[in-house]
Amino acid sequence: MTVTDEAARSAVIPPGRPAGRSDGGERSAMSYAFIALYAVLTVAFGILPALYSLYLAFTDGDGGFAGIANFTKVMSDFRFLPAVGHVALYLVIWLVALVVLVSFLAIVVHAVRVRWLSRTLRFVFYLPGALAGASSVLLWLFVLDPTASPVGGLLRLMGFSSFVQVIVPANLPPVFAVIAFWTGAGGWIVIMYGALNNISADVIEAARIDGAGTVQIAWHIQLPMLRKWISYMGIMSLAAGTQLFVEPQLLSQASNAIVPNDYSLNQLAYQYAFQQNDFNGAAAISLLLLVVALALSAVFVTRGGLFERG
Amino acid sequence: MTTVDAGRAVARRKSVSGWSGRTIVAVVVAIFVLFFVIPIVWLLLATTKSAHGLIVENPFRPGAIGDLAANWEQLFGFQDGAVTAWVGNSALYALGALVITLVASIPAGYAMALTEFRFRRLLLVLTLIVMLIPNTALVLPIFLELNVVGLIGSPLSVILPMSFFPFGVYLTYIYFSTSVPRDLLAAARLDGCGEFQVFTRVALPLAAPIVALVAFFSFVQNWNNFFLPFVMLPSSEGYPIQVGLTSLLASTPAFNPSSAGTQSVQLPTLALATVISVLPVLIVFLFAQRFLVAGMTAGGTKE
Repeated sequence: MTVTDEAARSAVIPPGRPAGRSDGGERSAMSYAFIALYAVLTVAFGILPALYSLYLAFTDGDGGFAGIANFTKVMSDFRFLPAVGHVALYLVIWLVALVVLVSFLAIVVHAVRVRWLSRTLRFVFYLPGALAGASSVLLWLFVLDPTASPVGGLLRLMGFSSFVQVIVPANLPPVFAVIAFWTGAGGWIVIMYGALNNISADVIEAARIDGAGTVQIAWHIQLPMLRKWISYMGIMSLAAGTQLFVEPQLLSQASNAIVPNDYSLNQLAYQYAFQQNDFNGAAAISLLLLVVALALSAVFVTRGGLFERG
Repeated sequence: MTTVDAGRAVARRKSVSGWSGRTIVAVVVAIFVLFFVIPIVWLLLATTKSAHGLIVENPFRPGAIGDLAANWEQLFGFQDGAVTAWVGNSALYALGALVITLVASIPAGYAMALTEFRFRRLLLVLTLIVMLIPNTALVLPIFLELNVVGLIGSPLSVILPMSFFPFGVYLTYIYFSTSVPRDLLAAARLDGCGEFQVFTRVALPLAAPIVALVAFFSFVQNWNNFFLPFVMLPSSEGYPIQVGLTSLLASTPAFNPSSAGTQSVQLPTLALATVISVLPVLIVFLFAQRFLVAGMTAGGTKE
C-alpha cells in the first residue's frame, strides 16, 4: 500500500516537464480533446446550475435584484425551522449510531478468526446496500406496518398496533435513521475492516505482549487508527443526510399526509418550486443546502488528508 | 510498564475478554445479523404469498408458486403494463448515462493523470469537490436550469445530468496515475504512436478493470436514482421504476385507503415490485462485491 502511494505521488508530481518538446503542442491539444466532453458536462451540470441558482436566489420573480429577501422569506416561513429541526435530529441519531456501531461491528468482524464466518458477516452487512432510495423505504414500510411486518410481535411489544402509530412525527427521526443505517452501514463496515487490515500485525502483537487485552487494543490502537476513516464517513454522511428527501416523501404518500410533505428541507424546496411556483425561494433553499455540502466537501479536500495526491 | 500495571491489565483482560464478554459480543452481533437479513429474506418470501396469507401466515414460511404467479400478473397488469415501461425507462436512462459517462470520464481521467495541460489542477480540484457533494444537492438547481432551455420531461433531462460523474473521473485518474507507468507511454511515442493512438492502443487496453468499475458504479447509482427523475419527469410514461414505485404505493389500499378501486395493488404485489426494482443492482452486488468495495476504498489513501 505504501509502495503504491509513493508511486502515485511521484507519478502525479513529475520531476520536470515530460520529455519530447517537439510534439508538446500536439500533446496538449490532444489533452484538451480528451477532457472536452467531461469539461462540458462539468460546466453544464456542475457550475452553471450552481451559478443560476445563485442568480435566482438573489433576484425576484421579475428578475430584479432582491438582495437577501428570498433568504429571509424562506427562513421566516413557518415550515423552515421545523424542517431544520427534523433534519438535525435525524442527523444526530444517525451519525452517532453510525460512528459507534460501525466501529464496533468492524472491530468485531475483524477479530473473528474463522475466515468464512468473517466473510459471510461482511457480506450480510453489506447486501442491503443494493436497496437504495425508494426500494429500501418501501421495504421498511412493510417492516414497520405491524399487520404485515415480519417483526410485528416486536412492534406490538413496543406498544405499536398500527402503522399510523409507528410513524407519528416524534418517531420519524429514529425511523429514518434506522432505514439509512440499514442501507448504508454495511459499506462502511467493509471499508473500516479494510482499514483495520492495514494495521501492522507487529503493533498488535507488541501491545498484546505488553499485556493489553482485546478491548484495550481496540480502544488504544485500532480506534485511533480508524479516526481518519471515521471522519470521512461522518462528513460524507452528514452531507448526504442534509439532503433527506425520498424517505419522508414516500412516507407522506403512504400515510395519507400524516407525515407532512414539507418535513425536510429538500421537500420544502420542492414545494416552493412545484406547488408555489416560486423558483427564487426554491433556489434560495437549494443554495443554502449546497453551501453546506460544498463547505463540508471543501474542508475535507483541503484538511482531511485523504486526498493528498491531488 | 511496571509489574503492578501489567498485573492490573491482565486482570482486566480476563474480565472483559473472558467467555461472558465474548458471549455478549456474539449475541449483539447476532442481533445485527438478524437486523440486516430479516427484511431481505422476508421481502423475498412475501412475493410468494397472497394478500391474506401475508397477514395471517407465519411470516417466514414460503408461500405458493401460484400466488407468486398471481402477484406477477397483477403487477404487470397494473395500468396496462406500466411496470414494463418503467423498467424499460430505467434501463434506457441508466445505460444511456453509462455510455456517455464512460466516453467522457475515461479519457478525462487519463488526460488528468498522464498528460499536462492548463487548468489540469483546477479541473482536478473541481472534480474532487463535486464528487464529495451528495448528488441530490444539484438536482433542483439543474431543474431550474433545464427548465429555461425547455428540456424538462425529455429523457435527456435525466440522462445528461446522470452522465456527469466526477467520481468516475477520479477513479480513472487514480488508476492511471498509480498503475500505468509514464515510461510505457513514452516508449509508445518513440515507436511512432500519435497521442490518440497512445491512448487507444496502450492505455485503454490496460484500463479494462477501471472501465468495469466506473461502469458498475455509474449503473448502480443511476438505476437507484430517485430525486432526479422524480423532479425532471412530470408524466408517468417517463418514470423509471424507482419513481414508478411511488405510483404503486399510492394505489396500495393497505397504505393509502382512499385508493381502493379496480387498479388497487395488494401488499405482496408491492413487495414483488420492490424486488424487481432492485434486481439488476442486486445481481451486480452479488457478482461484483469485491469490485465495489475496492472502488469505495479508492476514495482515500492511507498515511
